Amino acid sequence: MQVFPFIVVAWIAGVGLYGIVTSRNLIHQIVCLIVVQSSTYVLLLGVGYVTGAVAPYYYDVPVRTPAVDPVVQALALTDVVVEAAVTALLLSVAIQAHKRFGTLDPHELAEFKG
Amino acid sequence: MRPALRRWVFLAGAAGLVAFYLWGLSGLPGFGNYPGPYGPAILRIAVAQTHATGVVSAVNFEYRGFDTVGEEFILFTAAAGTAIVLRMLRGERERPPADEARDRDVPPTSGAVRTVALMFTGPVVVAGWWLASHAQANPSGGFQGGVVLATAFILIYLAGEFLTFRRLSPTAIADAVEAAGAGGFAAIGLAAVCLGLPYLDNFLPLGQIPGAVSSSGTIALISFFVGLEVAAAFILIVSELLEQTLLIRHGGG
Repeated sequence: MQVFPFIVVAWIAGVGLYGIVTSRNLIHQIVCLIVVQSSTYVLLLGVGYVTGAVAPYYYDVPVRTPAVDPVVQALALTDVVVEAAVTALLLSVAIQAHKRFGTLDPHELAEFKG
Repeated sequence: MRPALRRWVFLAGAAGLVAFYLWGLSGLPGFGNYPGPYGPAILRIAVAQTHATGVVSAVNFEYRGFDTVGEEFILFTAAAGTAIVLRMLRGERERPPADEARDRDVPPTSGAVRTVALMFTGPVVVAGWWLASHAQANPSGGFQGGVVLATAFILIYLAGEFLTFRRLSPTAIADAVEAAGAGGFAAIGLAAVCLGLPYLDNFLPLGQIPGAVSSSGTIALISFFVGLEVAAAFILIVSELLEQTLLIRHGGG
């Protein structure tokens, strides 16, 4: 079994998670979350890959040509959209947190109540 | 929670995650041996059934169309959520951040940035429009095209002033376009219901040549509406975030 793509997935998710845990800045933490989510694109595309197949587009290849799974590719698109939405909301919350408490450090923010 | 304790909690969680990941991997068929059944089944029938040569678009806007409605409304909600979270807080005008001078001069945009940004605006609009209207043919579609279209407006912001950006994409128009995009998608689904078909059924003529712009019926139309929605949503989100910068620049006013 060719495991290299799945090692890449674990590596991307791992560095992202480590970043989230150790970060001292909310914006940096949000970027780390994006990194974690990027690992799911590699995972999805890796799961649907078929050796020797073309992309699932029959514009200039005959219709019977073997192609990789189109369903996981569509899911990857959904994944990107969700990530954009989550990022936009988190960034706005970070801006408001900075405005109210004057800091972006999650450890300092944890000391404020309400 | 102290940082050291935090790290141990993380390591314990990560160990569990690794164990589950390896367990999950051991059940996979192996890289390059995707067994189906859905992918191969769709690949067999998609082109004949929808006349779309882009099978991913066929999945997104036809076979999984109902999911994509939800996906589009996630973005719609995110734009609304950003506007709500970044609303003017009470006392915001009265309490400008201490390190901001009230009439600090904003440095002018450099000529190089201005020229390059304006040079790219036209081609970017064309590219975005092309992407949003070719979902049925190739790896493009409303989501990709919409983001590229929104980029054109961000280039205008780079080239000039925030106010020009606001003039060219007033929030009221962007709001209306976003609503039209999201509502159009849902309305296409309801139109099928009015014709006595299942929700989001492809009721339009499929065209003669698979992959042509006029082919694939509702897939092309939905992609166009998604393009409108995504472009407007991104313009709204970006202008909300930029407004925050502008607010601070002018000392909270």
